Amino acid sequence: MEAVRRLLIIGFAVTLALLFFSFEDEDISSMQKNELKVLKVQNYVRKNDRNLTPSVDHSRFEVLKEPFASAHELTAACLSCHNGRAGEIMSTSHWKWEREEELEGKGVIPLGKKNILNNFCIGISGSEGTCTRCHIGYGWADKSFDFGDPTNIDCVVCHDLSGTYKKKKGGAGYPDESVDLNYVAQQVGSPKRENCGVCHFWGGGGNNVKHGDLEKAMIDCSREVDVHMTTEGENMSCVDCHVTDKHQMAGKLYALSSENINRATCEYCHTEKPHENSIINEHNLRVACQTCHIPIYAKATGTKMIWDWSTAGQLDENGHPKTEHDADGNHNYLSIKGNFVFNDHVIPEYYWFNGIANHQLITDKIETVPVQMNSLDGAYHDKGRFQKTNKPSKIWPVKVHRGKQIYDPVNNTLIQAKLWDQEPGNGAYWTDFDWNIAAQKGMDYLGLPYSGEYDFVETEMYWPLNHQVAPAANSLKCVDCHTRENGRLASLDDFYLPGRDYSVPVEAAGIIFILVSIFGIMLHTGCRILYNRSCFLQKLIDGGKKYDKKGIPVQEI
Amino acid sequence: MTKKVYLYKRFERFWHWSQTILIFALTFTGFEIHGVSNFIGYENAVVWHNNAAWAFIILIIFAIFWHLTTDEWRNYIPTVNNFKAQVNYYLTGIFRHAPHPTKKLTLSKLNPLQRLVYFGLKILLIPLMVASGLLYMYFHYPLQGIELDSLKYIAILHTLGAYLLISFVIIHLYLITTGRTLTSNLNAMITGWDEMEEDEIKGIVIEAVDGAGLRIRSEKGDEKSRAEVKSILVNALKETEYKVMEDDMEGQKKEIKRKK
Repeated sequence: MEAVRRLLIIGFAVTLALLFFSFEDEDISSMQKNELKVLKVQNYVRKNDRNLTPSVDHSRFEVLKEPFASAHELTAACLSCHNGRAGEIMSTSHWKWEREEELEGKGVIPLGKKNILNNFCIGISGSEGTCTRCHIGYGWADKSFDFGDPTNIDCVVCHDLSGTYKKKKGGAGYPDESVDLNYVAQQVGSPKRENCGVCHFWGGGGNNVKHGDLEKAMIDCSREVDVHMTTEGENMSCVDCHVTDKHQMAGKLYALSSENINRATCEYCHTEKPHENSIINEHNLRVACQTCHIPIYAKATGTKMIWDWSTAGQLDENGHPKTEHDADGNHNYLSIKGNFVFNDHVIPEYYWFNGIANHQLITDKIETVPVQMNSLDGAYHDKGRFQKTNKPSKIWPVKVHRGKQIYDPVNNTLIQAKLWDQEPGNGAYWTDFDWNIAAQKGMDYLGLPYSGEYDFVETEMYWPLNHQVAPAANSLKCVDCHTRENGRLASLDDFYLPGRDYSVPVEAAGIIFILVSIFGIMLHTGCRILYNRSCFLQKLIDGGKKYDKKGIPVQEI
Repeated sequence: MTKKVYLYKRFERFWHWSQTILIFALTFTGFEIHGVSNFIGYENAVVWHNNAAWAFIILIIFAIFWHLTTDEWRNYIPTVNNFKAQVNYYLTGIFRHAPHPTKKLTLSKLNPLQRLVYFGLKILLIPLMVASGLLYMYFHYPLQGIELDSLKYIAILHTLGAYLLISFVIIHLYLITTGRTLTSNLNAMITGWDEMEEDEIKGIVIEAVDGAGLRIRSEKGDEKSRAEVKSILVNALKETEYKVMEDDMEGQKKEIKRKK
């Protein structure tokens, strides 16, 4: 019987152990082993299953073999077949550089690269001739540009597949003289990464300067850099995610945008429940995919983290502008721009974000320092009945670019200085190095007041990260956030995070409970031992009486 | 001379020991989730904590069923009888080997202090842990229509409950040693056989006849029928006496067989 009983106990222990292991299927470590298995996706046709042959050979069209007297004639040739497309283009923000969106507390405002300020090159006004090198048009040199003329559209900057097309520096969007327009026109098609990248990789005046998660390395990169765009894998181009309908591209950047609409999302292909582990799927309700899957950014090239304009203007002994580099070869100081700090393999900062952004307009008074150039709306409590948009706020990885830039301490507004001009002597800062004149010229151009006094103010700009998604094995682990010290979410303190947070009184009480229990046990044990022996302590307590088994003192005779 | 009585039934011991394992597992993984330790990794800790929690809930359901159907729940009704004597025993009597003031019966295994503490466990602490645990698992995200404003208070309550349970376990482990000998309580919970004094055994035998669900009544409540019930009982007891003397009781037969 004794043996049977022991067997039963062992059997029970084994059953319990099996019960535990049977749940182990959910463990993600097993998922990581299978990370190279083909992921299930929706709304996406893999390249292997697509017909990638162009429907037409542009090199056989006679109209594209005629010499073009100007780039406008090339556009006219395109539109002679692709009729109706000009209207589509001219309604996009790529063309207008503005879109009507509602800003909280400010109403509906047409806002975009045309009029918004940032803490990189501040803004385009007064310097259009160089900035509009990234506009999909020809000739936007100043306010007189005709946005209604279809032949001003630059079709080939996006559709050139020859790789020979480039816009002229300071040329207001016109092509460089070296470009053979006929050669380009005969090799056109759906935009490649190079087409988008010429502006979106090089924004801010250098590769990966602005975004941090968009750079030329992504034209041909490893899985570690970008699991979608890698040439080792699906080799996706920009427009595979930024799907386009009538030239309207899905997706937007909150450096410029304000409303929670028309976003390109991970969920569009991956669904809202892509993991096998339901607890991780639940996280998606409050944590953006990007948070775990973009653990670091600027993986191949440094990105600009700090730009201090206040030190600009120092010239060398010959009166020429200076250029200094840091150890990685990034610009450290430029006379025309001031000091920079670059960094690579950057850990993002994390903020609640619900898809709504606000912007510091040039007409807005400065209310906080650092000035929030764009502010991402969101909080832990932006959920349930307090929810502001269609979804609760989610934790989002963000590149924060910190700057110090010119402002008007009397009018208490930011200043749009004129930075660029073709010729010196026209008041542009980059040629004449006089902030006062540049500020006056820039504000006059916009018809806005300038007090004649300027200073520099700290600013912050928020760039939510979406690209350079890492392979699953490199994504964040639970403990990267769920940890007591130095977790990724250490600064997001408006909610209780398991593993990080605790109540000091409850922890103290708990430890006291345990200590009191142990102390009480030790005391009790001590007494039991002492009473079992005849020792001086026992004599001290009860005079050294002896007791029988029933606890009655034994009478000593 | 003490005798042994089979006091803790098979399911009772299964329940007790699986509860032990589960509470240890939940404590171990729970503190990992709490950020205090890092042995098996946060992710594994979460998976195991949730699995152990479900195993515990299933066990609790079975235990409740068992307690209700066997009348064992009566063990946990708090009482003031002997309360002071029991306190005095732990404070003084135990040191001079005084006898335990509370006699054990099948449906009264626990002393008044145990009754109070276990009652508190069953009515307050375990429900608190299960309820806060389920809320923690399922309602911190807006999934089920009900949405907690914050996980904070649920998590803190759950932590407080965990500390209370740990304190309970520590004291419980110590009190195991306060039986007749250091290990007699432990042996009893492992084998089911508890050491008992003669008068305790007498009590249990009487309880087996008198209590434990044995209820006899006649259709009519008059003198005559009551006398009939009495005579049935007396006859039965006489027959029992005979069986006892002849070693014909099932329990005795099992014991004789075991000894061989």
